[in-house]
Parts: sequence; structure tokens; C-alpha cells
Amino acid sequence: MTGTVTSSVTTNLVQAAYIVAAVLFVLSLAGLSKHEKAKEGNAFGVAGMVIALVATIWLAVDRAANGPLTLMLIAIAMAIGAAIGLWRARVVEMTQMPELVAMLHSFVGAAAVLVGYNSYLSEEGLEGSLATIHNVEVYLGVFIGAVTFTGSIVAFLKLSARIKSSPLMLPARHWLNLAAVVVSAGLLVWFVASQLLVPLAVMTVIALAFGWHLVASIGGGDMPVVVSMLNSYSGWAAAAAGFMLGNDLLIVTGALVGSSGAILSYIMCRAMNRSFVSVIAGGFGQEVSIGADKDYGEHREMQADEVAEMLRDARSVVITPGYGMAVAQAQYPVAELTSQLRKKGVNVRFGIHPVAGRLPGHMNVLLAEAKVPYDIVLEMDEINDDLSDTDVVLVIGANDTVNPAAEEDPTSPIAGMPVLEVWKARNVVVFKRSMATGYAGVQNPLFFKENAAMLFGDAKDRVEDIIKAL
Amino acid sequence: MRIGVPQESKPGETRVAATPKTVGQLIGLGYEVVVEAGAGRRASFSDAAFQEAGASVGTSADVWDSDLVIKVNAPTDEEVGRLRPGAILASLLAPALNPELVERLAGQGVTALAMDAVPRISRAQALDVLSSMANIGGYRAVVEAAHEFGSLFTGQVTAAGKVPPAKVLVVGAGVAGLAAIGTANSLGAIVRAFDARPEVAEQVESMGAEFLRVEGLEQEGPSATGYAKEMGEDFNRRAAELYAEQAKDVDIIITTALIPGRPAPRLITADMVASMKPGSVIVDMAASNGGNVEGTVADQLVLTDNQVRIIGYTDLPGRLPTQASQLYGTNVVNLLKLLTPGKDGKAVIDFDDVVQRGMTVCRDGQSTWPPPPVAVSAAPVAAAPAAEKPAPPPPKVRDPRRRYALMGLAAVLFGLVAAYSPATFLGHFTVFALAVIVGFYVISNVAHALHTPLMSETNAISGIILVGALLQIGSEDPVVRTLAFVATVIASVNIFGGFAVTNRMLQMFRKD
Repeated sequence: MTGTVTSSVTTNLVQAAYIVAAVLFVLSLAGLSKHEKAKEGNAFGVAGMVIALVATIWLAVDRAANGPLTLMLIAIAMAIGAAIGLWRARVVEMTQMPELVAMLHSFVGAAAVLVGYNSYLSEEGLEGSLATIHNVEVYLGVFIGAVTFTGSIVAFLKLSARIKSSPLMLPARHWLNLAAVVVSAGLLVWFVASQLLVPLAVMTVIALAFGWHLVASIGGGDMPVVVSMLNSYSGWAAAAAGFMLGNDLLIVTGALVGSSGAILSYIMCRAMNRSFVSVIAGGFGQEVSIGADKDYGEHREMQADEVAEMLRDARSVVITPGYGMAVAQAQYPVAELTSQLRKKGVNVRFGIHPVAGRLPGHMNVLLAEAKVPYDIVLEMDEINDDLSDTDVVLVIGANDTVNPAAEEDPTSPIAGMPVLEVWKARNVVVFKRSMATGYAGVQNPLFFKENAAMLFGDAKDRVEDIIKAL
Repeated sequence: MRIGVPQESKPGETRVAATPKTVGQLIGLGYEVVVEAGAGRRASFSDAAFQEAGASVGTSADVWDSDLVIKVNAPTDEEVGRLRPGAILASLLAPALNPELVERLAGQGVTALAMDAVPRISRAQALDVLSSMANIGGYRAVVEAAHEFGSLFTGQVTAAGKVPPAKVLVVGAGVAGLAAIGTANSLGAIVRAFDARPEVAEQVESMGAEFLRVEGLEQEGPSATGYAKEMGEDFNRRAAELYAEQAKDVDIIITTALIPGRPAPRLITADMVASMKPGSVIVDMAASNGGNVEGTVADQLVLTDNQVRIIGYTDLPGRLPTQASQLYGTNVVNLLKLLTPGKDGKAVIDFDDVVQRGMTVCRDGQSTWPPPPVAVSAAPVAAAPAAEKPAPPPPKVRDPRRRYALMGLAAVLFGLVAAYSPATFLGHFTVFALAVIVGFYVISNVAHALHTPLMSETNAISGIILVGALLQIGSEDPVVRTLAFVATVIASVNIFGGFAVTNRMLQMFRKD
């Protein structure tokens, strides 16, 4: 008698904790949309998570047949996870953020698969439509989790350059994808009818292969979209787990994360002027030979001391960084250069293209790491109108995002993509290792414009040379 | 090979084809250089300075006996005769206007390169003498105008009264025109400019002048040769009206309409000149080809009846001899860089290169003029057809009814599913649908700079799947327990790692 009362109180308290946690998560995401409130947002997230976990652990121990053992297992598992997680978070280089995020997504996917299987193995005594619905939920949860898992692993491998980032082009790849979805749907019917493990297991294998292939066929240039898309998937996987466990907190949180990831993907796609479907289906960058043999004329080379002189005489300077700055770890010298120029009274600003780098907002994080004040780091739309009135633009490791072909050449593969119009400035200096093309494989007519000059070499070394010459 | 730099024989010529600085560069390319004694005197370069740079100073005979002769003006008949057969000559030749000269050079058995026949492609800019000379010519034109003009260029308010700014009209916004605009603008004048090519409007405005347009008529598109075309009759009539109107208003007119190898178009008539204010100045930079202005006399300053001065000097760049020689010399060095890929002092002409082909008027006694036409830089030509294409069809406006129909269909479908679902599922689904919408609105206004922290934050939050694993870890089934244990570990990595890294990133963002 007392047991049921306690248990009912426990359940209600846990429910209350979940509601509080869900509200805190919403506040956390809301806080992260503004610089001023971002830290507060993160604190809300942590608080929500602590409340949710404490309540859940209490519930789990309360429910378990062997309470102390359960508590111990939880403590050990979380300690291991916390140790790994905190260690990675502390040592990760900001330039490796994309890889870290992709890897973390794969964990959510894997956990969703495991939770799904457990739910299938441990759930008994459901009848009729309840059983059907539950099985559908398990099936979907495992499917989304498996796709997220292998997809994130491929994204991680591509971003950390452990495998080639060029798109994998299997013959009839769209048909393969379609077949995977159709077969999985067929297996769902079988699984619901029979409730056997076999269709679930077969589907898991198919879903793992599907996730792998899906991301493998997307080129490295589209990685910002892929990472945010996987972010979205990991949310949906959590939501599916919530449905199968009947847990509203999981559903709310999963839905929040899922829709936020979807929005981010949509923002990225719009920034590249590409349709979401075509990015997901893969295959950007296979028809890029157009115009490659065109005579663009000759590029002009410049030395670091000449650039330094030009900067000394300039009144306004805009720096447009790209992935190359991250690769060369040039953000610190760039920040140093910025502060020196600002001391001389030069108006220095940064122009960030929405898809610069390999992760949405990647450049902002790198510049923040190097202590560049965020109020001089502007978005493409904010800076584009000012570029024609700028004395010097320094393009550091960016290529496709400053390519005039996107506006001028309708046959270009990147035609129509909004770009930073750096060529309108009086002088443009492009930091580049060689004359090779960018990620999209498109030649950049900017390099051959009369007001553009190339500064070859490692971006970090060259920026340091300029600082010395100043 | 030996390069000879003769003294210019044309009366009044002040320039020289090499300076001590460019001599050093030529020697760097592996050549031997001999400069005629006194060749650089009028451009303020002494023989000693040439010698110091590594050249030898020789007689006229030494110079003309060289393998390669570089000079500024086209050679006279007598000078052509002094060239050694097989030698190379590089100078201004105006081959289109002087077919006899080309014949004579061919007859002499030499190879001749016309410095004024460089194709107008971006790669060849470095050796384009017309550009480099037009640039300083445009500057000097303004200086000459200011010299003859009886008032200030800049406007001032002084204790002795107000000084109005001068109004300058520049006709033709090529290199010379743009240089003139920039110079006049920096002297403080009000500058207006006109050009038949509308695409130069941006350049004109960037130099600080107002771009005048012919009303009611589209100015024509760019030409394939990089020079303005001769325009249609209707256009010319409207342009003439514009000139007539401007002539009454402005104090200075600088005309630069010059198409190489053609007589200059007559733009300003005697009537327009007569309508100008007394004391006004006209600089006709096309005087050498007949002039844009009626009444221009080449190399003369003409004073009209109504006290308007028309300057027809054809040696404007030569009036800045030191800088003009330096620029010309650098153009020559750039040409020789192209001809001497091995830097071994041996000039080779490669006819596969459009620049070298375009400049060569005769090779080893064979006339090769005119060269096949060359299209200007790829970029503008490629851009032009794009601009002419019809605007892309406006995005298809979807029939809103279709959207509503789809929404209705979805609602009906969902209703059917829901009708057969247990109540608990519907409860969960309500929560789900509302959470998706909340997520959508919360994220849509996130600052772009915060995308990465946002992503790692959502990542940490999606580690909430840990809740599922925690509830399963107490199971009696060892398989379930093991799987739940693994799931707990990896989900914890996510939660702790995600929050920690988000916090680390947010600490870095700072404001000044």
C-alpha cells in the first residue's frame, strides 16, 4: 500500500522534473541565439540535464529489482563517459570542432540503436494496436539511430581527412538509396506482423549501410550541411526513443534538437543556393570541368612586405577567412595583425560567409578563440555593401565563397550562390598555398582580376611575415 | 644578344626607351645593353647613370648595329636603313596608319614589334604602352588645362570673396579619361564624364566624377576589341546635344576619344566651342589623329575669337619625360621578359602566343600585319552574354490552394491514423508536434556566429537519450543490461563533452 503511494509520488515528482527540464532546454536554445545570453543558455542546459538525470536515476533505482547494483552500474558507466567526454572537450583544437561534433552525433545514433533493441527485448505483454505502435516506434528509432551512427562516422572520417572527402559515386546510387528505403519499409511490415528479431536485425544492417552511403556520396564542400543534418537526425532518433519508452522528456528534447538541426541545414543550403534535397541525395561537384580550360589571363604575385605597405596606407581593411585559415592555424597571427592595424587607426573588419569552414559558424569560433572581438566579425550580408568602399581585402584561405563566377558565369557549378563580393574592393590580396581550385573544384576568376594579387605560402607564415614588416 | 637604345630623332621628343633602372632589368635577362651617348639627357638620365647600371655608352653606329633595337618613336626611313637584317626592332609603329613603314621594315629583312599594337587582354597589360602613356597623358592634360585656365580648380570661401570650383567635362573614359578625371577631381574641380560604353559608369563614379547619360537611348554594349566602337547616327546626334548643352556650362573640356588606326571622331563642333565662356580651356588628346574638336591644330595652342584656348599638344606624355621613360622602359622590359623565357639573353618570338603574334608586324622580312583578331579578356566577354540573357523566369508562384489541399490531406491522413491509435500515443504526439514548432521558432533567429556552439549544445542535449538507457540498466536480462550500460557510457560522453565544449567556446566570445 505504502509502496504504491510512494511510487505514484515518485512518478509525479519525476514527471515534474521532466517538465522543468524540458522548459530549461527550450530556454537554453533560446539563450544561445544571442551573444549576450549564450552563457546563460548553456547554464540552463546544464541545469535541465542535471534535474532530468537525477530524477531518472532515482526512478531507475526505485524501479529496479536490485537497486544498489543498478546505481553502481549507472555510476560506473557515467563516470567513464564523463571522463572521456570532459577529456575530449578540454583537449580538442577549435579547428577540429567539426570532427568532434560529428563524432558526438554518432554516439547519439549508437545509443538510440541500443536503446531501441533493449526496448524490443525487454517489452512484454503489449497487445493489439499498442504492440503494433510500440514495434513501429522501436523500428523507426533503430532505423534513424543506425543511419545517424554510420553517417556521422563517415562525416567524422571525412572531416578529419582519414578518408577522402570527394563524393563516392556508385553507379545508380539514387536507386540504391531508394531500394534501401523500400526494403526497410517492407521489413517493417514483416516485423510488425511477426515480431521476430530477424527483420529488425536485417533492417539494422541495411540502415547502417544506407547511412554510410548517404554521407559518403556527399562532397566535402557540403559538410556544413551534412553536419547540421546529422544533428537533426540525432534529435529525431532521441524523439523516436521517447515514443517507444513513452517518455515525454525524450520526445520534447528530440523534437527540439531535430527541428533546430533541420533549420540550420536549411539556412546552410540557402547560403549555398542549393536545394536541400540535392545536397542530401549527394553529388555536388561532379560536373565541374566546365570552363576549366578557359584563359583567365595571368595572376599577379605579391610579397609580404608589399602587402604590409598596402595595409599601412589603407583606411579600411576587410578580412575574409575560409577553411584554409583553420588548416594553417592562422587565426592567432590574424588576430595579432588585426589588433596592430586597429591600433594604427585602420578600420579592420571580418566578413564571414555562412558556409566558410566545415561547420556552421566555424570561423566565428576560431576568431573568438584568438580573441577577435565579435562585434567586428560581420556576416556576408552586413559587409557586402561596404566592400566597394574598402581599401584592402585579405582573403585568407577562402576560395569558393569569394568566387565572382557565382555571379558572373551562369554555367559555373556554383552559379547563383551568394558570395562575398571582394573583387569590388580597391585591392584584394589572396593568401593561398598554390593556384589549385577550391573544394567545389571550380576555377576562381578573382585571382586573375586586375585589382587582385596572390600571396603564396602557408597562411600562418605569411601573416607573421606581414606583422614583422609592419 | 645586344640591345641598342638610340637617341630619339623626332624633334621635340624627350623620352628614351630605357632608363638606368630598366637597363639593370634587361641585363638581368641576360642581355648586353648599349645606350647612345646623350640618349637620356632630356629625360634627366645621365650617361654615367646608365653606365653605373651596367650599360655601355656608345655611338649612334654602335647602337643601330645591335641585334635588338628598342626605341620610342617609329624609325625614320634613314634609321630603317641602318638596321641590320635579322635584327629585332621594338617601338611605336602605328602599323595600321603606316603601311609603307611596314613594307620598308619587311624589305630591310628585320623583325618589328609594334609597342602600340598590344592586344588588350589582361595578361598583356604589363606591356601595353598605350595604357601607360595614356595614363600620364591624362594627368598632364589636366595640368596643361590648369596652366592655361585663369581661375582655380577648387572652390574656396575666403575673406576676399568666394572662389567657384571649376567644372570639367571629360569625354571618353578610357585610361586617359579616367586619369584626367582623377587628377581634376583631386585638384578640387567638379568633374563630369561621358562615354559611349555604359559599363564604364562604375569606374567613372569610382574616380569621383558624375557619369552623364544620353537620355532615352541605351548606350551600346562593350566591344570585343576593348576600345569604344564608332557609334550609330541616332546615338551621335543625341550625344552632340549633350555636348552642346555641357559646353555652355563647363570651364574645361578634355577629349580623349581616340581609336587607334582611325581618324579621331569629331565630337565638339566650332559652334559648341563658340558657346563656351571666355577663358575656357579645351585639351584635345586626339589631336595627333585629327582631333575631336573642330579647330584643333596638332601641337599648337589655339586661341579662338571668344577667348577659348584649344590645346592640341600631341606630346602630353613626353612632357613628363622622366616618368614617361620609366613607364615605357618597364613596358619594354616586360615585353622582353615574354620574349626571353630562358633568361639567357636570346629573344625568341612565339607565334602561338596571341600577345607576341599581335605585336609582330613583320618577321624576318615577311609582313605579318594585320594579325588575326584577338578577343579581349575572357571575363568581360563571358559576362556580356550573361547580361543579355533574359532574366530568369520568376520563381513559380505555387497555387496556394494546392498547399492548403496538401495540408488538408495530411490532416485527414493523420486523423485516420489517430482514430485507430491508443490514447497514450496521441498524448505523446501532441507533445512532439508542439516541441517541433517551439524548436523551429526558437532557432530561426539564432545569430550566425553562434551556430557552432548551438550545434554542440543541441548535441549535448540530445544526449538526453541517456534517460532511456538509465531506465533499462536495472533490467534483469543480462543482454539488456549490457547494452544499456554501453548506451549509458556513450550518451554520457555526449552530455559531458557537449556541455563542456560549448562552455569553452562561449568563454572565448568577447566584445571590445
